[in-house]
Amino acid sequence: MSFMKTLMASAAVTAVAGGAALADPALIFDLGGKFDKSFNEAAYNGAQRWTEETGGSYKELEMQSEAQREQALRRLAETGANPIVMTGFAFGNTLEEVAPDYPETKFVIIDAVVEQPNVKSIMFAEQEGSFLVGVLAAMASESKTVGFIGGMDVPLIRQFGCGYAQGVKHQEADAKILANMTGTTPAAWNDPVKGGELTKAQISQGADVVYAAAGGTGIGVLQAAADADILSIGVDSNQNHLHPGKVLTSMVKRVDNAVYDAFTAGENLETGAQVLGLAEGGVGYALDDNNKDLITEEMKTRVDEVSQQIQSGEIEVHDYYSDNTCPALSF
Amino acid sequence: MDKMPKWADVILTPLISLILAMAISALVILAIGESPWMALKTMVTGALGSSYGWGFTLYYTTNFIFTGLAVAVAYHASLFNIGGEGQAMIGGLGVALICLALPWPHWGVALPAAMIGAALFGAAWAFIPAILQAKRGSHIVITTIMFNFIAAALLNYMLVNIMRPQGSQDPATARFPAGAHLPQLSEMAAMIGIEWGKNTPVNITFFIALIACVLVWLLIWRTRLGYEIRALGRSEPAALYAGISPVRITVIAMLISGGLAGLMAINNVMGEAERLVLNAVEGAGFIGIAVALMGRNHPFGVLLAALLFGFLYQGGGELALWTTIPRELIVVIQALVILFTGALDNMVRMPLERIFLALRKKGRA
Repeated sequence: MSFMKTLMASAAVTAVAGGAALADPALIFDLGGKFDKSFNEAAYNGAQRWTEETGGSYKELEMQSEAQREQALRRLAETGANPIVMTGFAFGNTLEEVAPDYPETKFVIIDAVVEQPNVKSIMFAEQEGSFLVGVLAAMASESKTVGFIGGMDVPLIRQFGCGYAQGVKHQEADAKILANMTGTTPAAWNDPVKGGELTKAQISQGADVVYAAAGGTGIGVLQAAADADILSIGVDSNQNHLHPGKVLTSMVKRVDNAVYDAFTAGENLETGAQVLGLAEGGVGYALDDNNKDLITEEMKTRVDEVSQQIQSGEIEVHDYYSDNTCPALSF
Repeated sequence: MDKMPKWADVILTPLISLILAMAISALVILAIGESPWMALKTMVTGALGSSYGWGFTLYYTTNFIFTGLAVAVAYHASLFNIGGEGQAMIGGLGVALICLALPWPHWGVALPAAMIGAALFGAAWAFIPAILQAKRGSHIVITTIMFNFIAAALLNYMLVNIMRPQGSQDPATARFPAGAHLPQLSEMAAMIGIEWGKNTPVNITFFIALIACVLVWLLIWRTRLGYEIRALGRSEPAALYAGISPVRITVIAMLISGGLAGLMAINNVMGEAERLVLNAVEGAGFIGIAVALMGRNHPFGVLLAALLFGFLYQGGGELALWTTIPRELIVVIQALVILFTGALDNMVRMPLERIFLALRKKGRA
């Protein structure tokens, strides 16, 4: 019971202290776990950066089961954490129910839209970033055959694949796109062996650039591509350094910035829905020392031009969510 | 003659196994520099120390009762049904289809319909492995495991392509209509004026699980079908000689088993989430195997074992949520319990038997 009492007491203290003391923010990781080398880890990095820069502290929780989502949200809200940031669309439905019970607490959800007055929803325009790396892939490919390897077959990953395919077709109208999903269970996020096998299969069909949007599985994709001396494209974080000179680029999704910004804004966070695309720096392609020899001047000019066109609306990238179809690729 | 009294077999063996598992877990926790005492305290208070903890513990227990009973029924026919996971998944699909098909006016109507859907879908998923085993001799362990993967793929296809609401990126169905909302135990307690387990997922399905325990007991030990199932399980040639059709009993036992596993979906899909998500079963189908082994395939044993695993799940969750003990360690603790109570059962039983034999000899002398 003492543990519960401590919790209750701390809740009471925070309640009494009210606006006087600044409440700690909190971060909840989804079932993939904190160190998934991808999405959750990017969120963790953002929170760590905030800690290092401000010296502040934050609470963090890792989900163990579906039933715990509500429990975790309520307990954090009751202990006075503010704002509470959660990663992953799977929280959407739960947050919809919990948020109205804690009007004083601000919630931030990444990758889903929850329409409540005290919730900030952050979506990333993955299709835009993927479009850009698709253009790069088409330019780098000599065989004019490029590959896409997704993790678990969920709409989010189809969004990545669809943007990529559109980019490839935009650059090279008759290029061939090979697309495979690693699996249909959450294990597909962390199966580098199968990722490698799929890569080899795509290579044997002629692919010479492969884009991995597959969490931990992508490590195997990048490895197999490097072993076969073809190019690969990383995802979420900048993965160019994993195989210098072999990773063409990475489609970065700045989850870390989203978390960092939310923590920095603290209780005064502005709520509402926000889409972070190319224009907002939410997604993009990575260029650093590791891949500067792979991206020629011509490619860079071209991709920056396309980026401008997307931002100005001249090129409209189809959003897979809008109608659950993809004009450039069938799954 | 039995080597040791029944109470020792049923209570002493699992208890000693459990203590051994706990002791090794404690050593592991010590090794990573945490206090085992604090860990145990967090687990016990988190799972049993409040009506809140109980609300979660009983929710998990309900899941494990269904999957445990599913394994137990098949086991009596000497069939090792490892497909509880897939059968529960497909059971969930049945629940979702039924809950979303009509604007249900009241849960009293929706519940029986959804139960039929859950049991039918679960049973149907067990039917193919059953018929393959009965007719072709394809080993049920292999086929049921394979069917888990097929179930995952089918569910994924249904949720991603067909049942997902337009514009949503979460591979899950829409929320069930309000009329399909099952009464939570907290709501039932509130009705009689008690505040109990607010915001916990345990719901009326818990009582259905208890009734299922009784019905399974009646089925196995008090009906002709149960006798046939057990006879087949003990010796197929003998059963055949007695005029029992192995094909018929194999299929029926697996249908009941699959139906029970499917019924779990009433708890997690209809009672808790009120929509179907990809990850709805969360390994409860596999926990059911450990629950049945530990519970000696007896419904009452299954109930107790399910309670233990419910405690481990909720306590472990609390441990991971609120302490610095990493969540991987929780899996280690749960695995140790399964290892000792399920797989290494004889390690405890054989020395115990020897002790009892020695005691008995002494008594006679």
